[in-house]
Amino acid sequence: MNILHPKRSRTGVALRRGLAASCWCAFLLAVTVLVFARRAAPAQQSSPTPGMDNASSGNAENGKKIFVSDGCYECHGREGQGSTATGGTRIGPPQIPLEGFVSYVRQPALRMPPYTTKAMPDKDLADIYAFLKTIPLPPQGKDIPLLNK
Amino acid sequence: MAKLKKVAVDRRNFLKSAAAGAAVLAANPGTVAAQQAELRRNDPLTMSPKVETGISSNVEVLTADRTGSDFMVDVIKSLGFEYVCANPGSSFRGLQESIINYGGNKNPEFLTCCHEESAVAMAHGYAKVEGKPLLVLAHGTVGVQHASMGIYDAYCDRVPVYIILGNIIDETKRMPGVEWTHSVQDAAAMVRDFTKWDDLPISLEHFAESTVRAYKIAMTPPTLPVVIVADGELQENPIPADAKFHIPKLVRAVPPVGDTGAVAEAARLLVAAENPVILADRAARTPAGLAHLIELAEALQASVVDLGGRMNFPTRHPLNQTERNRALVAAADVILGLEVGDFYGATHSYRDQMSGRTFHSITRPDAKLISIYANDLYIKSNYQDFERYTEVDLPIAADAEATLPSLTEAVKHLINDDRKRAFQARGAKLAAAHQKALEEARDAAAFAWDASPISTARLSAELWAQIRDLDWSLVSETSFVSRWPQRLWSFDKHYQFIGGAGGYGEGYGAPAAVGAALANRKYGRLSVNIQKDGDLMYAPGVLWTAAHHKIPLLSVMHNNRAYHQEVMHVEIMAARHSRGISNCNIGTSITAPNIDYASLARSMGVHGEGPISDPKDLGPAIRRALDVVKQGEPALIDVVTQPR
Ligand code: HEC
Repeated sequence: MNILHPKRSRTGVALRRGLAASCWCAFLLAVTVLVFARRAAPAQQSSPTPGMDNASSGNAENGKKIFVSDGCYECHGREGQGSTATGGTRIGPPQIPLEGFVSYVRQPALRMPPYTTKAMPDKDLADIYAFLKTIPLPPQGKDIPLLNK
Repeated sequence: MAKLKKVAVDRRNFLKSAAAGAAVLAANPGTVAAQQAELRRNDPLTMSPKVETGISSNVEVLTADRTGSDFMVDVIKSLGFEYVCANPGSSFRGLQESIINYGGNKNPEFLTCCHEESAVAMAHGYAKVEGKPLLVLAHGTVGVQHASMGIYDAYCDRVPVYIILGNIIDETKRMPGVEWTHSVQDAAAMVRDFTKWDDLPISLEHFAESTVRAYKIAMTPPTLPVVIVADGELQENPIPADAKFHIPKLVRAVPPVGDTGAVAEAARLLVAAENPVILADRAARTPAGLAHLIELAEALQASVVDLGGRMNFPTRHPLNQTERNRALVAAADVILGLEVGDFYGATHSYRDQMSGRTFHSITRPDAKLISIYANDLYIKSNYQDFERYTEVDLPIAADAEATLPSLTEAVKHLINDDRKRAFQARGAKLAAAHQKALEEARDAAAFAWDASPISTARLSAELWAQIRDLDWSLVSETSFVSRWPQRLWSFDKHYQFIGGAGGYGEGYGAPAAVGAALANRKYGRLSVNIQKDGDLMYAPGVLWTAAHHKIPLLSVMHNNRAYHQEVMHVEIMAARHSRGISNCNIGTSITAPNIDYASLARSMGVHGEGPISDPKDLGPAIRRALDVVKQGEPALIDVVTQPR
């Protein structure tokens, strides 16, 4: 079940992400930032279409387990929050449809290691995606007093 | 049987003959006299009280009022060392005793360290806060071998660490057994590739001159570690009570300043540029460097990207554009690198995939690169910390901090009204971008806010809330916590951040934090350390050193229960080979059992709390620990965290 924060559209998130170009060791080209922005474009243009992004077929419970056991958390954080230190994008909740998600994991454009179907079947990836969709959007930074010191 | 010569007054002669006698005796160990002589040398407790007090002139003279090591202390004191960090070692027993008794254990004061690597890393952290070295003593053999990693870190980080090694160079003066295994022909050899200078003085005058010279060399940019070998005989042989040896005055070399013509050209390029970017890495050696950089950036209204080798630029300054680093570098027409250790990395992207390790320039083809870099004046071959060769258009071999004032002056000279207007417009845009980046960082920090293990953003925010109104100093690096402190906190003083290890050698963090906290102590500053678990386990004994010497330090563990960098590396290999992607914890995780860092701390007399994995418990725990630290003691909170 995808619990989006009411105050924030996916578009907002995707844009924000496109702008978060800085990372300590990820060496993202400005060009790549553009590639990413384009990659995220489908999510910006169309509101989530349940049929196209069939995360509902994934098992979130299992996805949560393999997100950790199979290493995604290492670079993306246990809730997919991302890190400028690893360069791992924020993927919780996911900002691209399942299709794009799977294709990125299979054939990453930059530094992420490629996961083949042999290492990680499609079913596992769908489960991971389903898990990431259960992660709620947090309040905005300005609404957390501790973040405004 | 060898017979010890009896001399009345000439202690120096006596010692010579006694040592020679001992050497001969060692060859005939069966005799009673030999055993007795050996006992006397080995165990001061067997000395007869009569001899100890030196009453009779007719017995062997076994004491001396003054030895070479006393004079060595005079030399050391002349250089203003506040502390000496060491794990005790017999090859410098003379010097140690002179420091604590002859020198009164003050300036320098002896600090007991549990590992030589910790002693060097303490010196490393101290120097970055205090701007001058403290002294490290170590055995010339087993000591320097332990110390070497710390020395390498200091070398890579361009930090003046001052090391004196004990050794016995004359083999006829060594006792059998351990003194041979603890002696070496060329003690400094194993660290010569990553020290700037070393010497083995063979007389006390020579010691004085080399020791003062080494200080000058260490402190001249590029500032780097130096080694002096203090021979055991030189330390322990008596010197006449009225002996006068000259101690040369310490003169400090003026740091290398950039060539006037080159500086003028740099100013011309910067003033003409539409999108100049200043990259600062180890630029601010001292607080003056920070002030100079602000002046230059404000004169130009140029973006500053702080690469974090030092505290170069205030994090909340509107011109601080560190969060937009790569995008700005890609758009820049002029890039000024100030003591940038890896200019190539800063201007290129790379990819580490099976298909190849590829590099691409991310700069515009017409971009002009300028560097001011003291390393261009001093480089060694063996260790490859010099990074890849960069095609810089205007490389100025000089110290950036020392060159900044003339560069700023040249820039100001060239700014006309047109440029002033353009700069003002640019500055306004940058200020807006800065504010936006801050808001984005806060939004990003909100993700995984309530997660357990605790997110590194939450950890940083909780910490900031407790320390922001105090006079604080962050004495640990931040790249392993996604640089959240720089992204969320307001840094504006030079001592508030000291950069990282330099050589990425784990085991630097905890002792460097203690050393920096030692420097901060006399100013009453609160030292804060975000402590990595893997790093602490190299040599946790430094916690005891902090407790023993009452060094106030708040350590908050970033305990991700792994050598996490390596977890990722193994994961990359496993994914590349399409196998065992869930095995990457083997050989990399620090679990089963989980280490109880709070108990570890408590066992060494440090306030310890944790493990804390619920973010709600963190704030109160920090407050309790702060109460301890404010009393002048160290405290540690174990926080179980997200990986980065
Ligand atoms: C070794 C680090 C690492 C691991 C492990 C890793 N990633 Fe990534 N991932 C990255 C990095 C870095 C990026 C940013 C783009 C790049 O450099 O390839 C990224 C990007 C992504 C993206 C693209 C995001 C977007 O919105 O464009 C997805 C999807 C993704 N990762 C999913 C996963 C999943 C699922 C796993 C586990 C099977 C995983 N990653 C494991 C490092 C990693």
